[in-house]
Amino acid sequence: MAQHLTLTEAISRYVLPGSTVAMEGFTHLIPFAAGHEIIRQGITGLTLIRMTPDLIYDQLIGMGCVDKMMFSWGGNPGVGSLHRFRDAFENQNPKPLAIEEHAHAAMANAYAAGASGLPVAIFDGYQGTSYASVNPNIKSVTCPFTGKVLAAVPAINPDVAIIHAQKADKEGNVWLKDIVGVQKEAVLAAKVAIVTVEEIVESVDDSQGGTIIPSWVIEAVCCVPMGAFPSYASGYYPRNNRFYIKWDAIARDYDTFSAWMQQYVLDSKDHQQFMDKLREADYV
Amino acid sequence: MSEASYSSSEMMTVAASRMLAEDDVCFVGIGLPSAAANMARLGHARNIKLIYESGTLDTKPQVLPLSIGDGELADTAKGVVSVPEMFRYWLQGGKIRTGFLGAAQIDRFANINTTVIGDYANPKVRLPGAGGAPEIASHCQRVLITLKHSNRAFVEKLDFITSVGFLDGGDSREKLGLPGKGPAMVITDLGILEPDPVSRELTLTSVHPGVSVEQVVAATGWPLKVADKVATTPAPTEQELAILRDLNARTQAAYN
Repeated sequence: MAQHLTLTEAISRYVLPGSTVAMEGFTHLIPFAAGHEIIRQGITGLTLIRMTPDLIYDQLIGMGCVDKMMFSWGGNPGVGSLHRFRDAFENQNPKPLAIEEHAHAAMANAYAAGASGLPVAIFDGYQGTSYASVNPNIKSVTCPFTGKVLAAVPAINPDVAIIHAQKADKEGNVWLKDIVGVQKEAVLAAKVAIVTVEEIVESVDDSQGGTIIPSWVIEAVCCVPMGAFPSYASGYYPRNNRFYIKWDAIARDYDTFSAWMQQYVLDSKDHQQFMDKLREADYV
Repeated sequence: MSEASYSSSEMMTVAASRMLAEDDVCFVGIGLPSAAANMARLGHARNIKLIYESGTLDTKPQVLPLSIGDGELADTAKGVVSVPEMFRYWLQGGKIRTGFLGAAQIDRFANINTTVIGDYANPKVRLPGAGGAPEIASHCQRVLITLKHSNRAFVEKLDFITSVGFLDGGDSREKLGLPGKGPAMVITDLGILEPDPVSRELTLTSVHPGVSVEQVVAATGWPLKVADKVATTPAPTEQELAILRDLNARTQAAYN
């Protein structure tokens, strides 16, 4: 049963050094505030999983929290490279970064397998590509009925899944809608799930559409308004595309990046103070 | 008819948009494919269904999304499904006719690379990677590819095959047992290439106005096969340019 915790408490309780952590969000509802709290607490040795790592993973990598990343598309969407990811992978700065690389279909199926209690995901994919030559976790199986050769990858079962959602009720049932990505699968595949939400309401129900994730599959719910910024929470605030464009210049140089992270993330006690500073500096 | 003036990038987008049919169902990649697909929807193919891998079905964005999952895509969609559902039922299930991809590099058999240039472990350029492209390339019934024409992009040998076109040519794609028929056309800023029906080697079939065959051959990193009769792509019409420029202006205004 989910407990209502502060984000500080939830991260320190459940994200341990060396954990495998999936912070999902397919452009929408990305748990930025939770990522910043991991950075503030200086948790290191992490293996990060995500289909579409973007700015928050760039920040975690650049701040030295990450040993390995598993992903299927790593970039700043519509803008360009993740400079901190590339610097870590190409130049071992601030330290070496191992990668396990997939395509979207593989990771979506691997999360679904993890949520389904299966050890393997089987799908029709990867044929003719080079991926299996660089990732030993891409293998194939032959269908016992038709003889068709299919791709096989291990299920994803992270230690911790962290997602952001629109709202939760007092019992800790969580509701999210619009682009729902792979968040539900990540929560159900993980050993522990933390959900940050825009607001706590009296009750959530399925009469308004969207997805309900029940309280009994979640460990912690944390109320963090604007917790997905500069990503977005449909119905609350739009994606701040301007910030994604600005990030390119901030992250390109390691020293500029480090100074920015010190000023805005490390020197803010929590997400609210972080957002206040961004507003003052006209980032919002 | 008055001569409209236009950029090579506009010519490329217009040429790409014309390849989409009124009744198409199209899996759209971000960037030029997204611009061309929405241009088609606002122009000659008003009934086209556009699908983005973030889960949006039959979306009608008024401005071009910066990312694959912008709110604009969900707000204007007929429905939104989860990402596992998108890849399992809709793409792998064979429900999407046309896949529309961009690329960093392409070879003579229309295999594409969006993963890495140079050695995988010690790359010259680390690119974003696959996303949905490998399975779009194998499962959509036909594939359109668009990228700018240069020796660096059109290479003799790819460092990495992210998404398969016709593999080694001939019937090598068929032997893999892929459901889709593979790339139908490559649209660049210089012209249009189509696979030879037997060898599957990309062949120059059309050059854009003002572009010479020699220019395209020189911008290709292998001895490019040229069709016996090379057509000239019709220049963008005033109407096509108006639609594209309106779309770009709305998009620009939304991001500033």
